[in-house]
Amino acid sequence: MSILAGLWEPFATFGFMRRALVASITLGMGAGPVGVLLQLRRMSLIGDAMSHAILPGAAIGFLAAGGLSLTAMGLGGIAAGLGVALLAGLVSRRTHLAEDASFASFYLTSLALGVLIVSARGSNIDLLHVLFGTILAIDGPALYLMAGITTLSLFLLSFIWRPLVMECVDPGFMRMTGSRGALYHMVFLFLVVINLVAGFEALGTLMSVGMMMVPAATARLWTRRLVPMMALSAMVGMLAGFTGLLVSYHFRLAAGPCIILTCSAAYLFSLIASPVGIRAGGGGSSPFRSH
Amino acid sequence: MSYGAIGLDDAGVTLHGTPVWQHVTGSFPPGSMTAIAGANGAGKSTLLRAILGEVPLAAGRITLGGLRAQDFGYLPQARIIDRAFPISVTDMVLSGAWRQTGAFGAAGRTVRQRAADALRRVGLEKQAGRMIDALSAGQFQRLLFARLLMTDATVIMLDEPFTALDAPTTQDLLALVREWHAQGRTIIAVLHDMHQIRTCFPHVVLLSGGQAIWGETARILTPGMLQRAYDTPQPTWAGSPA
Ligand SMILES: Nc1ncnc2c1ncn2[C@@H]1O[C@H](COP(=O)(O)OP(=O)(O)OP(=O)(O)O)[C@@H](O)[C@H]1O
Ligand SMILES: [Mg+2]
Repeated sequence: MSILAGLWEPFATFGFMRRALVASITLGMGAGPVGVLLQLRRMSLIGDAMSHAILPGAAIGFLAAGGLSLTAMGLGGIAAGLGVALLAGLVSRRTHLAEDASFASFYLTSLALGVLIVSARGSNIDLLHVLFGTILAIDGPALYLMAGITTLSLFLLSFIWRPLVMECVDPGFMRMTGSRGALYHMVFLFLVVINLVAGFEALGTLMSVGMMMVPAATARLWTRRLVPMMALSAMVGMLAGFTGLLVSYHFRLAAGPCIILTCSAAYLFSLIASPVGIRAGGGGSSPFRSH
Repeated sequence: MSYGAIGLDDAGVTLHGTPVWQHVTGSFPPGSMTAIAGANGAGKSTLLRAILGEVPLAAGRITLGGLRAQDFGYLPQARIIDRAFPISVTDMVLSGAWRQTGAFGAAGRTVRQRAADALRRVGLEKQAGRMIDALSAGQFQRLLFARLLMTDATVIMLDEPFTALDAPTTQDLLALVREWHAQGRTIIAVLHDMHQIRTCFPHVVLLSGGQAIWGETARILTPGMLQRAYDTPQPTWAGSPA
């Protein structure tokens, strides 16, 4: 088998590989740009917390549907993620905890709760599916859901682009102009949640946030322009999907981790190769710039 | 565009149980140019924020003479601007045209032309294509003035706008403020430089001991008044420990 054939043959031969490829391309396209904004707003931790928060919701969906039902778990996940986002916003407004500190305390609770619910009814296999996803078992409806979420998030992002960016840069000025900064912030959190839910089907609770964060961190090492950064982040995610699936196929490794590890490899490479990476010292002009 | 004075009528602000200033009565007539002076902690920033409705009044009232929120341009003292965010100098200035473009409208040729003019006016035309994190603090302050220029605000409120700026930059930006005044805009600026106040600001509000002394600069900024405003220890009120 030639090397070239090895690149396309798995996808030509197996329908599940094709679906997995479409799924990871779709995920990368949606999660990449959202991840860039999440990092620029210094909310990486919050993304992590939200991904955990989705778990109990999905678990309740799992219970309600009596099995691994995509729709029920997706809806449950979205509801739980939004609930936690709202709750954390409230808590940080009431107390003087920073938003990420309040998120961090919610997410451990959510994780425990989710694992408890799934393991009460389901098998260990179910639990593994929920935690780590089943990208090789993605079916038609799951793909439609992912494609819908990616379409919606790219559309919403471009629609609220200006207020969202200005709310990141200078929230005080936004308030002066009478804009509803908090509203755009909520829309953005909604985008984070739905993209995590999309990733959750394929990569599971624990890794779906990887598709959002690692490509974004990689892209930030190559450009300082926002739109190219988001495009690059999406590209890295999509390419990592393709490469990770091939690696997993040829070496008989689990697909989800291979995809995320490919993202990590891209990140490591960029850290070393990019002009603003390690070689620049301190990752940019200011020691406080990047995560 | 006709509007009345911004008026304070026996107004008082209390923050966390401690009165900041009380029984403040006075007005900023349309087109006036007023400096706000007083020691650190006297409540100067609080006065600006009270006018903007950002801090609630404990007593009295503030009338805006028909001005709406979007008629105000405000440069706060404590800015929470994310200067590391990857956005260009031009885009930052364009955001000043919010009243024309809104959240979704296009920034057409006239708006872009005005943005370029505003940047030229503050001497940043060469930096137009840069990202905001590539500006020095003084250049960034120039950028904020350019954005203020874009907003075309009727009332411009500046909270210590020249802190940490070198003399040429201060002179440039002060000239811009005087230009705004000459165009009939109302200027309210918190300043610590008495010389600046004396030479450029016809009126002054001196916050001292929880009170506001309001009037013509020459009459207010007397050695005795300044002594009282800046040299007395932190003001005490009945009920609080001396
Ligand atoms: N959020 C707040 N909560 C409680 N007290 C506050 C708050 N903000 C300000 N204060 C108090 O109100 C008083 C006035 O504060 P303000 O910021 O208006 O002073 P300032 O005159 O602008 O001082 P500076 O010259 O240092 O800027 C201070 O004594 C301050 O401690
Ligand atoms: Mg102040």
